[in-house]
Amino acid sequence: MDWTALTLSIRLGLLTVALLVPVAFLLARWLAFGRFRGRGFVEALVALPLILPPTVLGYYLLVAFGRASPLGQAFEVAVGHPLVFSFEGLLLASLLVNLPFAVQPMQNALAAIPPNLRDAARCCGLSPLAAIRRVELPLAIPGIATAAVLTFAHTLGEFGVVLMVGGSIPGETRTVAIAIYDRVQAFDDASAGLMALVLLTLSLLALGITNTLARRVAPRS
Amino acid sequence: MDGPGELRVRLRQAAPFPLSVEFSAPPGSVTALFGPSGSGKSTVLRAIAGLHRLDDARVACGGRCWTDTSTGTFLPAHQRPVGFVFQDYALFPHLTVQAQLALALGHLPRTERPTRIAALIALARLEGLAGRKPAALSGGEQQRVALARALARDPEVLLLDEPFAAVDGALRESLRHELAALRRQVSLTVVIVTHDFDDVAKLASHLVVVERGSVSAAGTVADLTARNAVPGLGGTREPAVALDACVVEHDSARQLTHLVAGTLSLEVPTVPAPVGSSVRIQIGAREVILASRRPEGLSLHNVLEARVLAVESGGHEALRLIHLAVGDSRLLSLVTADAVRSLGLGCGAPVLALVKAVAVEAFA
Repeated sequence: MDWTALTLSIRLGLLTVALLVPVAFLLARWLAFGRFRGRGFVEALVALPLILPPTVLGYYLLVAFGRASPLGQAFEVAVGHPLVFSFEGLLLASLLVNLPFAVQPMQNALAAIPPNLRDAARCCGLSPLAAIRRVELPLAIPGIATAAVLTFAHTLGEFGVVLMVGGSIPGETRTVAIAIYDRVQAFDDASAGLMALVLLTLSLLALGITNTLARRVAPRS
Repeated sequence: MDGPGELRVRLRQAAPFPLSVEFSAPPGSVTALFGPSGSGKSTVLRAIAGLHRLDDARVACGGRCWTDTSTGTFLPAHQRPVGFVFQDYALFPHLTVQAQLALALGHLPRTERPTRIAALIALARLEGLAGRKPAALSGGEQQRVALARALARDPEVLLLDEPFAAVDGALRESLRHELAALRRQVSLTVVIVTHDFDDVAKLASHLVVVERGSVSAAGTVADLTARNAVPGLGGTREPAVALDACVVEHDSARQLTHLVAGTLSLEVPTVPAPVGSSVRIQIGAREVILASRRPEGLSLHNVLEARVLAVESGGHEALRLIHLAVGDSRLLSLVTADAVRSLGLGCGAPVLALVKAVAVEAFA
């Protein structure tokens, strides 16, 4: 059992959720309520990681994060080590890869709020920010919970992109999913089996928690 | 707080549907925007609230300008002193009655909110329901919560969008009574959108008829109904005069109430309203009988000396609608063409208008 890989995966998952959900909420809100040209294009862009082969996505991220790219150079100057094959690079890739898993449930939840409720919030004297906090957020909680759990579970399981931009550096970029592959390659079935079981349990647990949570806070109507 | 100001509205748009509406609602009035569904009434209401922006619009209340596209003025919806009751009430499903009201009390210091919530709950008769969420309320209760929430901000203007469309029959009538009662307790200018003329006849003091995006008639309800000049009714409703009357006295021995509306003095079956209060009465043209001599031996309380103002077609070739003046007040009477001939009912002719006490519909 590779405990380092497991804690790294969980750390990556939690950080991805913490950083991605707030940003994705604003993006989801923009897509749900905004009326602008090119919305279909933005939606397609957000959904891209769902259908793109992980290796293709990983390849482009590798190029974008590389030492030859402006982003890679800027990061190296600022932090002192390359972005690729680092935990930070992995985190950045994870944020991008998980965009559709975070945005889509929240966008659906926000779009399901009757327009009259948002109008009513404004006619109750709530500023746009107060309306988000007191009306939109509470009504979108099932969607937010789903987004968080899907993002977390998907981060634990992501393989292709992690391998492409992170490699398999113990304690830095080797996640459980990579460690399982690594153990199988080494004919260490016992370790691989145990870690697979841990991932399976965590995934089931996460789904169970969201479902219960969503049912409990979902407004009765 | 000084009283409510006059609400002046001028709206124009070409698309998505043409709209050209201009009217003003006097301070403290109940102005009905009446017209068929899809005539643009709701858009007008939303524009007043600041929920809808038009290319050419001016909305001002009292001395304050809320919208003026010529100067680029646009007060955001949450800063307008407006209460809005939505057609489907738009209650927040995740909040209890108490929390819905608290949400709209952001203008008050935190310490004053509980007192105000209690007052609103009493005003809208929601005692015992404060802890309930909308899903656990009946349709009528939801409507009262929506009304209380709209009043929570101490609005200068209360906007009601088809407030009785979602309820029917007896509940609709009882909600109308509640709104009328509430009107007597709170001083504000009300604009109500409706396609049901009963709402107009029972609640409104002023009427703006909106058809296909423009105003086809405007004036006081009393004047427009007395002149049978409400377009858009299209034979769906018998001509009837709607008037505001004052309760002068109750005759408990005879179980009658004496009402005075302008120069009309009427005795009607007991009206459940205190002496001195104002009630809305309606007198259908069908219920007003004309006579050339004072009749005897009839079960009649109201014999009014009138003068014929005009004779118009009664919607059927054998019928005539007679416009009558009783002093400065007006009545309508639907009679046969034959009666017009036999009584010699030309313009200016003196005549007696007989009104059965039970034919006077009083709404308190």
